[in-house]
Amino acid sequence: MDLLPLAGAPALPLDEAGKYVAGAYIVFVLLLVVYVAIMAAKLQRMERELRELAGFAENRANDEAAAPEREEVSA
Amino acid sequence: MYGKGLRPLSIATVVAIAAAFSFVFFYAPLDADQGFIQKIFYLHVPLAIVALVGFVVGGVFAILHLRSSDRRWDAYSYVSIHMSVIFGVAVLITGSIWAKASWGHWWVWDEPTLVSFLIVFLMYATYYPFRYAIEDPERQARYASVFAVTAGAFVPLNFIAVRMAQSLVHPRVFATTNGGLPGSMMLTFLVCLTAVALLWLTLVKFELTAKSTSGQIKRLRRALDAPAPGSASRIAPEVS
Repeated sequence: MDLLPLAGAPALPLDEAGKYVAGAYIVFVLLLVVYVAIMAAKLQRMERELRELAGFAENRANDEAAAPEREEVSA
Repeated sequence: MYGKGLRPLSIATVVAIAAAFSFVFFYAPLDADQGFIQKIFYLHVPLAIVALVGFVVGGVFAILHLRSSDRRWDAYSYVSIHMSVIFGVAVLITGSIWAKASWGHWWVWDEPTLVSFLIVFLMYATYYPFRYAIEDPERQARYASVFAVTAGAFVPLNFIAVRMAQSLVHPRVFATTNGGLPGSMMLTFLVCLTAVALLWLTLVKFELTAKSTSGQIKRLRRALDAPAPGSASRIAPEVS
């Protein structure tokens, strides 16, 4: 392959090089944004699960509080 | 537990990244040889260094796990490798963009630096199927740790082999002969390296916190789901 001459090629003009530099930095930022979006989705799922568990714990506490009252009435 | 200090670390990371980008575009001089395209160097090389160091760090945590059988070290090892794989994707993409602009090719197969990084990356890409193919959590953690130690030892060996190989087109920026980076470029590079290292650390901590919280929710679900004598479970099955 004729690669060595490419290594010594002159610098690209700014308008052409700018596109590549912008592309590289945009890829970096995009990857970060995708990662944050995935983490946000995970966080939403955890919040939903916690809400569900909190609701269940409250219901159970209410049931346990009501149970002795029912026992007293039946006695 | 893992979330402690996450906020100041995140702020430091944002400040460091802003400073790094400012240094790259407003302080570092244009490279005499490559011109503006060389600005990719300040992103690509720190990402590569941090990714490779992250793989080694994952191996060190794996050693600690194998020595102590403490699952916490396995979590550290897994998250370090996971984050380094993500950084590895960024290295390959930014490197390809730079290669296209500099050499006219997206990829050069007979260049040892590129191919060796790809080999390391692909090796770590097999970590996930390897790990999750094992169902028993204890065995999964132990086998994954063995993998992380072996692969982690391969990274510095690979790096040394590449440094010793004759490069066709990939530059040796931190060469011991023929000079190196000028002061202003070196300072910019060090600021970028610090910023990327902080980003890696923040994301590792973020991921560990998320994993820990998810684990706590599962524990809570199991505790609440334990049926009272004579009654059935009342919670819907957990969403995985």
